[in-house]
This record gives sequence, structure tokens and C-alpha cells, in this order.
Amino acid sequence: MTHSPAFPKRIQTEESATFDRTALDYIHNAAAHGLYEIRGLGAKRKLPHFDDLVFLGASLSRYPLEGYREKCLTKTVLGTRYATRPITLDIPITIAGMSFGSLSAHVKEALGLAATAMGTSTTTGDGGMTPEERNSSKTLVYQCLPSRYGFKPDDVRRADAIEIVIGQGAKPGGGGMLLGQKVNPRVAAMRTLPEGIDQRSASRHPDWTGPDDLVIKIHELREITDWKTPIYVKIGATRVFNDVKLAVHAGADVVVLDGMQGGTAATQTCFIENVGIPTLAALRQAVDALEDLNMKGQVQLIVSGGIRTGADVAKALAMGADAVSIGQGVLMALGCNHDSYEQDGQRIDATADYAALGARPGSCHHCHTGRCPIGITTQDAVLEQRLQPASGARHLKNYLKTLTMELTTIARACGKQNVHHLEPEDLVALTVEAAAMARLPLAGTNWIPGVGAI
Amino acid sequence: MEGVIEMTTFDLATQTVRELNQHLHQPAGELAGREVVVANPNGAHNLAVGLNAPVHVTVQGHAGYYAAGMNQLATVVIEGSAGTGVAENMMSGRVHVKGFASNAAGATAHGGLLVIEGDAGLRCGISLKGGDIVVGGSVGSFSAFMAQAGRMVICGDAADALGDSIYEAVLYVKGEIKSLGADAQIEPMTSADIATVAELLKSAGLKTAHDPAAFRRIASARTLYHWNADADQDY
Repeated sequence: MTHSPAFPKRIQTEESATFDRTALDYIHNAAAHGLYEIRGLGAKRKLPHFDDLVFLGASLSRYPLEGYREKCLTKTVLGTRYATRPITLDIPITIAGMSFGSLSAHVKEALGLAATAMGTSTTTGDGGMTPEERNSSKTLVYQCLPSRYGFKPDDVRRADAIEIVIGQGAKPGGGGMLLGQKVNPRVAAMRTLPEGIDQRSASRHPDWTGPDDLVIKIHELREITDWKTPIYVKIGATRVFNDVKLAVHAGADVVVLDGMQGGTAATQTCFIENVGIPTLAALRQAVDALEDLNMKGQVQLIVSGGIRTGADVAKALAMGADAVSIGQGVLMALGCNHDSYEQDGQRIDATADYAALGARPGSCHHCHTGRCPIGITTQDAVLEQRLQPASGARHLKNYLKTLTMELTTIARACGKQNVHHLEPEDLVALTVEAAAMARLPLAGTNWIPGVGAI
Repeated sequence: MEGVIEMTTFDLATQTVRELNQHLHQPAGELAGREVVVANPNGAHNLAVGLNAPVHVTVQGHAGYYAAGMNQLATVVIEGSAGTGVAENMMSGRVHVKGFASNAAGATAHGGLLVIEGDAGLRCGISLKGGDIVVGGSVGSFSAFMAQAGRMVICGDAADALGDSIYEAVLYVKGEIKSLGADAQIEPMTSADIATVAELLKSAGLKTAHDPAAFRRIASARTLYHWNADADQDY
């Protein structure tokens, strides 16, 4: 066929906005394999986020604190509602639940060492509690998940808090999966599964089915722990206003809210990108629910899902969270997506290992393969040596310190002696979407979409 | 006095579940060999949960949700029926329900023996992780869903989707099976299976005698152990 000179080349080769290169790749891949894509980390699409908010620092109408001298408290207490042993943390930044299985034992140890040094908590994940994390963590939150893999009453009694996981932001309504290459003998034994199988976790709890049952389940855990241990309820962000209310009614001491930018070690891409709501929108709804019940301050709120910086932490607190939880950022502090890993103080290039996965540093999401070039999301005996607990802990401690310094810098600039005094009034939004979701005025106006007029 | 078992009675008409459980959470040395009786349970939830000592507890009536939940070492006898999640996540010891059991009986149990003389509801033995369950009557739908390890003996019938997505647990059913779940299959009974059923029936001490050879064995076909496009929507 010859091209008519009446049609310029650009029109002849015009790309479709609907069937763009990404959509074409997706369709070709689906046609070739007959299976959906599974990957790690969280939503990659651009979403309204904390970047779309800015603080109104003090000036004439507000009086700032002296940035480097005046005290700005970061102490955070969680679980004050019913538990006789609430958790006291030095900073409002906690380590999110991530399983041994998705992460190596070295990583679990590094998380515990850094969290303990910074006076904060770590969290187990699917697959039970490892001695590495119990021994290295002063404050350890023990997750009770639908699968109950490795869930043991002795560990319930050993835990500093219990987190009942209803869902996670990357996949609200979905169960976990751990592909066979990560189910090594130790992981298999902890989960009572055959080695090397592609493990699927249930999406529903085995022994309760709704919020009325959850009341009794929480009561059981309180009885087992003699009412000492705080009980958290973690939800993936969907119908947040109602879910938070139900969690509070069920007796939660703390609600953990995970937005759609929250990470996963292995989930269907269609799930990660298309189910759940952004952290920003979810946080506003959760705070509304607590205020509606007059439970703000009695039931603490931890928010997670795409928290990266001290500014993100400050914004989450200002919007009404009591603390944040970080998963992906923590792994990145350990070296996730770095082009090299540290071995006895030397940086060793890992780009060839990324290339072998068809990935590259900066955009790798191949956690599910167990072939993490940095040795984080792996159960491989050789690869896991790339993450040395002491060096990982040092980097993570630095990261948490940086976040805390940034958080207090912003709080002082807003005139707050305590980071928990940050408030919505300190924030404005840069986009109409963020203003509507966070219910904050668009910068330079007093307009909150859906609330007032321009 | 030597040879006399010390017995403590908690009357839930006047005492609380909290007092009962607090008493049962004393150090194992204090409780070992003792007998605790729970009078007037009246369907209360969370009776005798989190036990961690070789103590003997008798519930003189019906229990609510999670009776003997997460049991370790103790023997708990429920003379009436039990609500949802009886002996859930049991690690060891023995829980014996003389009446019926509701949903999710023995869910996620890692060890120990759960005996239900009557029928059990939905999802009996769901996500079983090594415990043994003997049911004198029938079980409801989705029993042994995703059961990973352990054994279940069902003397009556099984409702729909028995053993759906089962891993390495093994089920023995004497009566009718309405339907098997995905990846569950009936396998021939070997002499070892017959001996296993005989042993479990003996341990259970049911009033009705059952012929171990009259049971059928159900276990995993292991076709769902690996992702496979040709398995279509079986996941």
C-alpha cells in the first residue's frame, strides 16, 4: 500500500490515547500468558497526595518557635482506650507490618534495631513472629491476619500490641500471596505449608465474618492478654468513614488506615491501581468518623500509604493522624531501588542484577520474584547477605531521624511545641482535587469544594 | 490432701468471665492438675481462652463464641453446645463439646484434639494447621477450607465444598459428601488411614461406635499449588 501524500506522516502514525503503549503492552502480555501481572510496591499512577498541600507558617498572625532551640515534643502514646499497657513511642513514625517471607530475616532484624534506637515500633506480618524481630524490637506489634500463618498464643502474650488486619491499602478486599520462589524451608515451616508452593492467603478471617463478630473477637484477645495489650484494627482505605466507625464500635484502641499508595510484596497490578482510595481522601474520612463519634484522642489513628518525608508526616498529623506508619519508604532507606548495595562499608553495583530481572534501579517492583538485587525482599541464601542488619539499621535510623527533624522543623515554624498540636488550620491545598478530598481551602482562597462558595 | 484433685467453681451467675480467665491465667505450676468448674455459663463468650497449663475445665452448659480459644495444654469439656470458633487456634490439649458446635469450630488449630459429639456448622476446621478434629455428627459447608495440616474425622455427612483449596490436611468422612471443593479429591483408604481413624475415634471416646474402614479419605489433588493459566478461575 502506498501512502497518499494527502495524509501527513504524523496522522498516519498517530498514537491512541486510549490504546497507548502501556495499554498495548498490557493486552499483548495478557494474550501471551493468560495470567494477570503480579508485582510489588504500591500504586504507581499519579494521585492527589500530601504533595498537594502546603503549610501556612507563622508570621504576624501566628508566632513561630525558634527553629533550633525551642523544644518541640514528638512523644506519641497509642492504645489509651482500654489497654492497661498503652504504647509510648518517642516519635510518631512507626514501621508498617511486613512479613517475614516477603522480607528476609536480616531485614526484620535491621528494622527492629533501627526502630528500637529511635524509640518506635515495628510490626510483624503474614507468617508469624520471628525471633530476629522480637529480639531486636523493644516495641513489637503482632499482626492477626486472615491466614493466621504462624499465629501463636505465646507470641500474642509476647507482643506489645496486636493488630487485627482487615485489609491493606494496596489490595482492600484481597488476600495475600507469596510466590513459590520465596517459600523456602523456613518460611514454609513457619506457615505450615509445603515448600515452594505459590501460597495464597485468605481474604477473610476464619473465625469471624462481620463487625458484630469482631466485637467478640477483640474481646477474646483482650481476655487472653488480660486487658493489658493495645488492640489495633487495620483497614485498607475504601469506605473509610463507615469502616472506622465500625472498628471503633468493635472496641479498637487504635485504627490503622492504609491508603491505596500503600505497598505490597505481591499483588495483581489491576488490584493495586484500581481498588481503594488515596491516603489523602481516606485520612480526612477517618478523622471525620472519629470526630463524629467524639472519639478523637481516645482512639488513636495511624495512617500509612505513600508517606515518604517529614513533610508528609507533618501533613498527616495536621490533618488529624496521631502517628504514621511507613513500609515502602523504610525499605527504600534500606536500599530498595538503589543502584548498589553496601557490603562491609563498600558500595557494590547491582545494576546487572536489576537488568537480569528486566528491571532497573529507580523503578523496580519485582519484590514478588524473591530476586531483590539489594537483598531485601528475598529468601535466597546468597541475596539476603547483601543486606547486613547493622548497616541497614544505620541507614534506617538516619532516615527516621531526618523525618523527625523535618517534622519538628515544620511544627516549630507553625508555632507548635508539640508535633501533635499541628492542625488542619495550618494547611491549605494546591489543587481543587486535594482541597475537596482533604477538605482544606484552596491556597489563597477560603474555598473548600463542596463546603463553601468562592 | 494427697490424691484429691482441688476443684474451684466459678458461678457465672454471680462472677464474671474476666475473673474466670484471670484465674486460669495463673502460672502453669499453680494450675497443673487442678479442676475448674464453670457453672451457669449461659452462652457467655470467651470462656477459658488463652489457657497455658494442664488444667481441667468443665463448662456446665452452653458456651458462646471462642470457648477455649487458643488453648494450650488444658482440657476443656463443654457439657452443652459451643458457639462460633470453639478451640480456634488451639495449639495443644483437648477440647470436648458434648453438644453441637457452631461455625468455624477448630479454626486454624495448630495442634491438640477437638471433639464435637453433635454436628458442627459452616467452615469446621477452616485453615487447620495441624490439629485433629473428630465430629460425631455432620459438618456444614466449606469445612476444612484451605486446611493446611492436621486430620478431621467426620462421622456424619459433609455439606458443600468440603476441603476447598485444601493443602496437606487429610479428611475422613463416613457419611455423604454433598460436594467437594476445588482441588479436594477422594483417595483410597490405606491400612495406615484405617489405623489413623481408629486411633482418633478411640481418643475422641464417642458414645456411638464407628467402623474405621467405613470412612473415605479426602485430600488435596495439589493442582492449585502453582499458578497456572490453564487452571482458569479455580483460584
